[in-house]
Order: sequence, then C-alpha cells, then structure tokens
Amino acid sequence: MADKVLMKGNEAIAEAAIKAGCRHYFGYPITPQTEVAAYMAKRMPKIGGTFLQAESEIAAINMVYGVASAGLRVMTSSSSPGISLKGEGISYLAGADLPALVVNVQRGGPGLGGIQPSQSDYFQSTRGGGHGDYHMIVLAPSSVQEMAELTVKAFELADKYRMTAMVLADGTMGQMMEPVSLDFDVTPPPEKPWATTGTEMKRKHNIVNSLSLVPEELEKLNIARFERYEQVKQNETRYEEYMMDDAEIAIAAFGIAARVSKNAVNEARKRGVKVGLIRPITLWPFPEAPFKKAAEHVKQIISVELNMGQMIEDVRLASECKVPVTLCNRVGGMIPSPEQVLDAILKASK
Amino acid sequence: MIVYDKPHALLDVPLHYCPGCLHGVVHKLVAEVIDELGIEGKTIGIAPVGCSVMAYDYFACDMIEAAHGRAPAVATGVKRADPTKVVFTYQGDGDLASIGMAETVHAAARNENITVIFINNAIYGMTGGQMAPTSLVGQVTQTSPYGRDPKLCGYPIRVCELLSELEGPEYLERVTVNSIPHIRAAKKAIKKAFMNQIEGKGFSLIEVVSSCPTNWGMTPQNALKWIEEKMLPYYPLGVYKDRSNGEVKK
Repeated sequence: MADKVLMKGNEAIAEAAIKAGCRHYFGYPITPQTEVAAYMAKRMPKIGGTFLQAESEIAAINMVYGVASAGLRVMTSSSSPGISLKGEGISYLAGADLPALVVNVQRGGPGLGGIQPSQSDYFQSTRGGGHGDYHMIVLAPSSVQEMAELTVKAFELADKYRMTAMVLADGTMGQMMEPVSLDFDVTPPPEKPWATTGTEMKRKHNIVNSLSLVPEELEKLNIARFERYEQVKQNETRYEEYMMDDAEIAIAAFGIAARVSKNAVNEARKRGVKVGLIRPITLWPFPEAPFKKAAEHVKQIISVELNMGQMIEDVRLASECKVPVTLCNRVGGMIPSPEQVLDAILKASK
Repeated sequence: MIVYDKPHALLDVPLHYCPGCLHGVVHKLVAEVIDELGIEGKTIGIAPVGCSVMAYDYFACDMIEAAHGRAPAVATGVKRADPTKVVFTYQGDGDLASIGMAETVHAAARNENITVIFINNAIYGMTGGQMAPTSLVGQVTQTSPYGRDPKLCGYPIRVCELLSELEGPEYLERVTVNSIPHIRAAKKAIKKAFMNQIEGKGFSLIEVVSSCPTNWGMTPQNALKWIEEKMLPYYPLGVYKDRSNGEVKK
C-alpha cells in the first residue's frame, strides 16, 4: 500500500495536478482556495513549471486559454465570485473546444457573500455559468483523497473530450486535512494536432477560435459538440450508492453534504430505518440511472444541500417525480448537521 | 524581374476590410517582418475582437482568436507554454485601451516577452462607429453625437505615454501609416518589436495611428489628412521607451 501523507484538500488538488502533468497554473487570491495558488507558487519553479499570479480572474482564465491552445495541461482555481469572473473565459474555452481544469472551492453567495463553505454554485457549474450552449464536466469530491483523484481524472477527461472540466469543491473540502495517497496511474495527454504550436512550415495554419458568423455553420458546431457531450453522458457518469439495496428512503447529496448524510444514514440504520444514500460524483453529467431506479422502491428522496435547493431539480427530473423529493439544507456558509439530516430521515420514515 | 511580391505570411485570401482601411497595410507590414525574420513556422498570432477579429484567416502562421481585450493574457499563456515561440497580438483601441486595459498594463508591467501591434483609429469600427477611449475631444461618433465632451466622458488615453511610466516594458513606439515615409518607419518599428522578442528583451508595443474612413465619414484621402491634422498633434509619433537604449521620451 502506498504511503499516505496528511494534506489539506486544496494542497491535494495542487499536488495531484502536478502528478497529472500540469506545469502551468494561473490564479488570483481568493478565500477559501488560496492554498492552491500558494502551493503552486512554491512547487512550480522547482519543477520547471509556471506559476503566475494574474492581475484578475479574467486574465487568469485567458492565460489558461493560451496554454490550452498550445496543447498543454493547464489549470486555474478560484472560489465562487472569482468563478463568475471566469465565466466569459470558460464559455470561450467551450466555444474553442479547449481542454482545461477549473477548480471552484465554493463559498457562500450571492455577491461577495461570505467565505464559509457552500454548494450554491451548483446551477452555475452544471448549467454553464457563461453564455451560450455548453457544458463542463463537473466532478464533486467528498474527501481529500477524492480531491486528488478527481483532479487527475478531470485532466484526463478534459483531454479526452476537449472540454473544460471543473472540480467543484467547497470551503470545507479545501480547508480540511486528511491522509491522502498520491500514488496514481495517470493517462498522458493524447496527441493534439489542432494545437497552435507553430506550423514549422510543415502544415496549414491551425486556428483556435469560437467565432462562426454563418448560422448554418454555428448550428452544426453546436450540434456536434452536444453529440460529444452525449458520449460523456454514456461513458463518464459517476456516483456512489450506499445502502440503497433495501432502502425505503434515499438521500441525495454530494461533496461535504454526502459525508454528513452518510453519518445520518448510519445512525438511522441503527434505529432500524431503511435509508440509503446516492452520491453523485459527476454533477454534469448527472447520474440519472440510480435515481430512476430508486424511484421504483423508495417512498421519498431527501436532497441534502448547502444551498436553497439546486440539485433537487435534477433529482426530481431523474426520478421523474414518481416520489416526493424534499429538501434538507443550510445556506450562507452553514453546514447541515448529521442530527438535522437524521431528523429529516426519521420524519420521512413515519 | 519581380520587384514586388505578396509576403508569404499573408494568405492569398480576400480581406473583409472597408475600402481605404489601413488594416491591410499594417497586416502586410507584420507579414513582411515575419517573412524577413524567417519566423512564420514558430509564430503564433492572437486576433482581438473588433475589425481585425478575422485576422486569423489572413495570417499564414498559427492563430488564436481571443475574447475582447484579453489578447495579452492569452499571449502570456501561449508564450509561457513555450518561450521559444514568437507570439504577437494585433488589437484595436477599444480592445486594448478600454475593455482590455488591465491585461495591457499588466502584460507591460511584467515585461511579458511578446509583441503587441496596437491600431489606434479613435473609433470602434466593427460595431459601427462608437466613441473609443482614444476618440479625440469633440470627435463626433455614434455614441458621442454632439462631439466627445470631456466633462461627460473624460479625455482620450495616450497609451504609449501611459505605459512609458511603467518600469516593465522594453519598447514603446508610436507610428502611423498615412504616407509612404511613415509606412517605412512603421515597418522598421514593427521589425524592432519582433526582434526584441526574439532577443528575449521583453514587451514591445507599437501603436499605429490609423484611420477609419467609413465611420469617420470621410474619403480615404481626407482620412489620411485628418490623421496628420487632428490625430498626430494629440498622439505625437516617436519612441516612448527603449529600455535597452535607456531612451524615454518626456
């Protein structure tokens, strides 16, 4: 078994990115993700990489756009308000079909909000965030180990599908320390014949671009992109089911909410309540199958979230409204306690 | 005997620019410099949002289309990905001096080893002639229909002078292309800006005072005259910074 080291979630993301072959990081300070930047500032110069503190989140994401155009693994990280600023760049990355990693260590909003953990960027992450028809692959870790593993996975998926991948964490995941193994198998980047690396006078010029002024052509590009998204849905949807086999009540939760919920499920099971947990690991594509299946045998689904109810819409769609879906939440930087979730389970069991 | 040939780095395609527009001239100068330096195969150009948005179809080197104002940040990424490549941006006044001012100033402050070609024609051309950060006081545009009023919207920005106060940038020069001698001088400046990058000296910006006959509402000839009579008094030509030679215009 590989050696484990004690690391903060934010640092685990940074080290995993380096393991994945990322040698270019661009960021801007914002709590609670700044440790990613600080870690990169220390490590990158030692391994011949680039750490650059950009003048803004907007500049940072456009520097990412430049490195991605050159065909290299590249990332930025931020927290909610900073991700809003990156929205323009993320849309351009999507329009130019460039692979990149964006990490969002969420904090409470809207506006400047607070600096405590939140999951209130679920809509922003899964519906796009920037303008136009597009998706990111959104991965939601619920342990420091997963912060690291999903970072590597995000680079691989981004390259495989020429998409932006997002690791959607929250302030808790970013700040907490856990033992983590950084012993990964990494799939190296594929050939990128489209990259703007200079023609060497051996080929026609490559163009990285998202402008398409002829409607018929732009329509075709959008449709082709969504055909690729369909492949992602079929091949890359990830989730964890916990004690769902005989469950009469299902909890839907991701990230930190799933950890809290697991404790509540264990406690409820001790009291004889048949409850299980479905934890989406990819938020886009959303794991519809386990919810569709659960709707056949549970009497209620409880969506546990650190927001005013965002993922609950996807849970309702996936379960086709066959059973009631209720919300158990805290917001503004507050985290639901296992007792709060247990209460919701016990209430549903009556 | 061939006395003139189209530069190889400029593709043989129709340009979309209006009659009398000087973008074609500046494109040609950039392409000639790329040819003369033999760098087409390792050059990556960044097109802006604005009239030259489709420059990516015109240059034979690899090209990237950036979001409005973000070309210097994109160029930073490309250059950092492989410092042996030659990276240039080609930007207008709205792109570089308004929405992208932060990216411009900070790329200059970092002395990012890139070449910036900045076209200042004192108007937003692509969107149909709105007031630019470089529109002159009193200049009539679609969004300053009574003439640019400094009480309402301040004064035009002199980019070279502004950036020359920074410690960072290697080379800043303002040129124009309204006459044959000026075009020759402009080419010399552009070549120096690329040479500086190849020699690893850092950020070079060439501001090209240009025209927009269509949106200025002038014949191309009168537009060239307007550059001389109205633009150049406010935007004096010259070298504003040449760090290696210790030259700063005051």
